[in-house]
Amino acid sequence: MPRPSPDKTMSLREAVAAFVHDGDTVALEGFTHLIPTAAGHEIIRQGRRDLTVVRMTADIVVDQLLAGGCVRTLVSSFVGNSSAGSLGELRRRIEHADPEPLEFQEYSHYGMICRYLAGAQRLPFYPLRSYAGSDLPRVNPAIRKVTSPYDGEQVAVVPPLNPDVTIIHAQRADRSGNTQIWGLTGIQAEAVFAAEKAIVVVEEIVADEVIRSDPNRTVVPAHAVDAVVECPRGAHPSFAQGYYDRDNAFYRAWSGISKDRARLTAWMAEWVYGTADHAEYVAKLGDGFWAGLAVGEALSEPVNYGRRL
Amino acid sequence: MTSSSELLSVVAARELAGKRTVFAGIGLPTLAASLAHLTVAPDLEIVYESGVCGAHPSHLPETIADAVLITGAEAVLPMPALFGYVLQGGHIDVGFLGAAQIDRWGNLNSSVIGDWHSPEVRLPGPGGATEVMANSREVFVVMRRHEPRSFVDELDFCTSPGPDRALADGGKPSGLGVTRVITGLGILARGGPGEELRLVARHPGVTVEQVRAATGWPLEVAGDVPVIEPPSEAELRLLREDVDPERVYLR
Repeated sequence: MPRPSPDKTMSLREAVAAFVHDGDTVALEGFTHLIPTAAGHEIIRQGRRDLTVVRMTADIVVDQLLAGGCVRTLVSSFVGNSSAGSLGELRRRIEHADPEPLEFQEYSHYGMICRYLAGAQRLPFYPLRSYAGSDLPRVNPAIRKVTSPYDGEQVAVVPPLNPDVTIIHAQRADRSGNTQIWGLTGIQAEAVFAAEKAIVVVEEIVADEVIRSDPNRTVVPAHAVDAVVECPRGAHPSFAQGYYDRDNAFYRAWSGISKDRARLTAWMAEWVYGTADHAEYVAKLGDGFWAGLAVGEALSEPVNYGRRL
Repeated sequence: MTSSSELLSVVAARELAGKRTVFAGIGLPTLAASLAHLTVAPDLEIVYESGVCGAHPSHLPETIADAVLITGAEAVLPMPALFGYVLQGGHIDVGFLGAAQIDRWGNLNSSVIGDWHSPEVRLPGPGGATEVMANSREVFVVMRRHEPRSFVDELDFCTSPGPDRALADGGKPSGLGVTRVITGLGILARGGPGEELRLVARHPGVTVEQVRAATGWPLEVAGDVPVIEPPSEAELRLLREDVDPERVYLR
């Protein structure tokens, strides 16, 4: 008989209160797909300060965390509103130090990926071919060069990234944190393994048997997870493959909202501070809204894992 | 009437003749790659930065991570595989990039206008462009606006260095860097390391002097610069009816 797994389920409020502290380095990953927006909003509601936020594609949720006054340092490889425009709060912080300067550490995408790979494996650095001739090492002294001990080649290296806590959003997990993702799997597994603590927010918590019926789909095993949170539609305005589609209209709207500090403040007051939790945010958007992001079925063919006769 | 999006897409698609794998972002590169797939490069595989290889979308994708790219795709790879094995591993023939600034050697800036530490404009930054430049066999750049403030003598910041800059910095570049720059005025091209971008073709009605005036460095010109064949009826029909019937990107 398999041993009973520890139950790590908790509410998002409990998970953020337990694992996200002022001054922490917090990684929020999800490459366009499965962005942990609900977790970001909860961090804002709880008023965390002086965070170092790590996110490859720093988009709307990062702009909101900046507007919430939560962030001292940003580590990122892309700081834009996807392909839909600009991040107003981020640009005010970087271009005008308004309301205060933002410490920004810039890498390329593969530089960030390599930082997670080094972090997950507890290696001192990770080599990549990217930075020769680039101005990035000039403004980011953490990007350095080493000489290959094998052929003397000079190669760029980046330091490991070990967040205090990594938060990811996923489609489903069991109560102990065996987490399944399909569609774009991004950098989530590496970000979780690199972290000291990990919170997994999911569309649904499912029975152990569901996970065990398809173990290859488990991107993160339970031993790397500290908290499992059920939070349907917690990735909005991004999407969860097979659950709901991306809210492209909101991405387009955000550039205008965030460009104007008064509009941004009003938006935050209504949608983040004005909702007690993500369930209220979802309800406030309303059934008609969610019907507009509904997706149809496209089921995968089952595979036969086999069993001993 | 042919719009500038249509013109650029058609011209970029023609340049993909015979190519096998293309790393494309959303917008004009997707239009160009999709049109090339229907015309000059039937075996072309489009690889997206989100990890999708061999997409068969039911609708035109709105982002590189659009759900319609996933459903029915041949493969979806995690980031370390996409950037490490596919890109750095040398599987991409052509990478498509855009930028705020380009110089005569095909080095690109997508990070800042002004000083990096206190920029006049903070741009989105590298994303995967540094890797696309370093690892693709060659790079095509599509720049809608051809003007001196984007075609510059000196970049404000080099986000994505071509092989010349990489070599000078002790690197071991594997690709040719930028080989084609397709703009609203014409096509600039270079063969690889050591070569400057030269004007090799111009759109109908555009003069060589006009392109020189729009370029922020003394532009080399290849002989008598031929005029680009305008988009054909067939190319425009495919683009409008098959590639982007809902006019998501075509303007």
